[in-house]
Amino acid sequence: MSTANTPLRRFWAEFRENKVALVALVVVALMILLAVFASVVSPQNPYDLANLSLMDSRRPPGFVGSGGYTHILGTDPQGRDLLSAIFYGLRISIQIGLAAGFVSLTIGTTLGILAAYVGGRIEALIMRLVDLQLSFPAILLALVIVALLGQGKAQLIGALVVAQYAYFARTAYGAAKAERGKDYVEAALATPLSTRLVVMRHLLPNCMPPLIVVATVQIANSISLEATLSFLGLGLPVTEPSLGMLISNGFPYMMSGRYWISVYPGVALIILIVGINLVGDQVRDQFNPRLRK
Amino acid sequence: MLGFIIQRFLQAVAVMAVMSVIVFCGVYAIGNPIDIVIPPEATQDIREEAIRRLGLDRPLYEQYFIFMGNLLQGDLGRSFVYNIPVLELIGGRLPATLELVLISVISAAVLGVSLGIYAGYRPDSWVSKTIMAISVLGFSVPSFWVGLILILFFAVNLGWLPAGGRGETVEIWGVAWSFPTLNGLSHIVLPAVNLALFKLAMMIRLARAGTREIMLTDTIKFARAAGLAEGTILRRHLLKLISIPIITVFGLELGSTLAFAVVTETIFSWPGVGKLIIDSIGVLDRPVMVAYLILVAFLFVTINFVIDLVFAMIDPRLRQGATA
Repeated sequence: MSTANTPLRRFWAEFRENKVALVALVVVALMILLAVFASVVSPQNPYDLANLSLMDSRRPPGFVGSGGYTHILGTDPQGRDLLSAIFYGLRISIQIGLAAGFVSLTIGTTLGILAAYVGGRIEALIMRLVDLQLSFPAILLALVIVALLGQGKAQLIGALVVAQYAYFARTAYGAAKAERGKDYVEAALATPLSTRLVVMRHLLPNCMPPLIVVATVQIANSISLEATLSFLGLGLPVTEPSLGMLISNGFPYMMSGRYWISVYPGVALIILIVGINLVGDQVRDQFNPRLRK
Repeated sequence: MLGFIIQRFLQAVAVMAVMSVIVFCGVYAIGNPIDIVIPPEATQDIREEAIRRLGLDRPLYEQYFIFMGNLLQGDLGRSFVYNIPVLELIGGRLPATLELVLISVISAAVLGVSLGIYAGYRPDSWVSKTIMAISVLGFSVPSFWVGLILILFFAVNLGWLPAGGRGETVEIWGVAWSFPTLNGLSHIVLPAVNLALFKLAMMIRLARAGTREIMLTDTIKFARAAGLAEGTILRRHLLKLISIPIITVFGLELGSTLAFAVVTETIFSWPGVGKLIIDSIGVLDRPVMVAYLILVAFLFVTINFVIDLVFAMIDPRLRQGATA
């Protein structure tokens, strides 16, 4: 045990003890870095059509293309270098996952805390709606919304938010309801501080731990959901493919043994999602008082 | 108990009414189906005639009430694309989906709960750690990708199992089923495994979490102190105590598996309802979309209703709490 004293340090010290989670964290951080610096680390800009040659399309890993460099992971049907396409795809997938995660976190938490704090009719209305939605599979909801709104990043994020905010609302509601009755909240309310300030400064921070856990899971879910929608042909346009789109592009070629077009973007996607989930798992275990001895 | 049933039933009816409004307005507020129904070279007269015939010139609320009136008489409209009643269309595809979903969910539940209890009972053994690692994978890996890999390995590389379609079917009571024939069964295996994997992971996690918590409680301590055999404790006490969340999830999963079947059916070209809905979304075949969503909502509401009743039977506390 370390001699750390702040809660954050104690948290970190405990987190570090789980080697699997630690490795997962490093891997996720690495992938985020690769995504951020995609334009620096990729051998090719896969969005620049001038760089692409159809002569190079569907080549196996290790092929030396017309660009004069080796395509380590091969090329896709458009002649894109797969490794570069994966880095850029990671960027899009992570962007969408984070955006959808944070927007749903904000909307969901606001609704949840509002319901728990105000109570009465508003509480009944919000929570009914949330329960109704939770009983409905997110993928179907997202599918229908994307179908109705059309393709594009904003539409996709919107669909993911509608499909996922309810999880945050439920969690925030439960946490806020429990915190609401505690003495420190009563005490804070008894001071001349405004209600808004008490909610923001005292109630909200104490509701955060379970929300953080839900957020990690939901970011991973958003990424996976986006990939699934793209795979079904309802996600982003083909010109700037996310990981799901890359996989989808390669699917028709799989039957003829050109496995790499689908498989490698899939591996990247899985490493990312599994990594986030492993980190989330450890965080959840650390927040769960029932597992503490 | 009767009061509880009536209360829950009324709630379910209210939810269905709300869902039907949301679905109807959501689907009908966007896009113009006229362009799909009639060819672009049609004259203005034919166009207006078609609009009138489909009732699209009326205000949205009137369309809704006409739709609901028909719905209550069991008429969900006709598909724009296939030009046959939607119910007939969906009904024709339903057996394929049901077959796939039931096989997946039941095998996932039986296997998942057993593995989960083991993993929770002996959390530190390497077998449990392997089980949990598999469950993390099953949970995290997007199911469409698992489907691709299954096809790549077992259909393309090894050539053991077919990559798509339903194979031979047998007619039972006028409905075609795949599972009674060997060929049909071989077609089910890959999509069923694909669909089951996520549920399996979920069942394992639930059963493990439940087991870990229950094993620390006084119930188990006293049962042990009373000299009951471990097997008896697990079967008679533990299984009962962890069963409530598992039953809920099982019920809900039955519904969400139907939803996820959309993905699996697309990958394996399984001619079920999910494939139908994806195709219908692609061509904006509104009646099929609306009917499908309303049927799914109905299914979910029914499942929730049944789960509530089952809970009330298993746990009298819930019954009293709800009626009070």
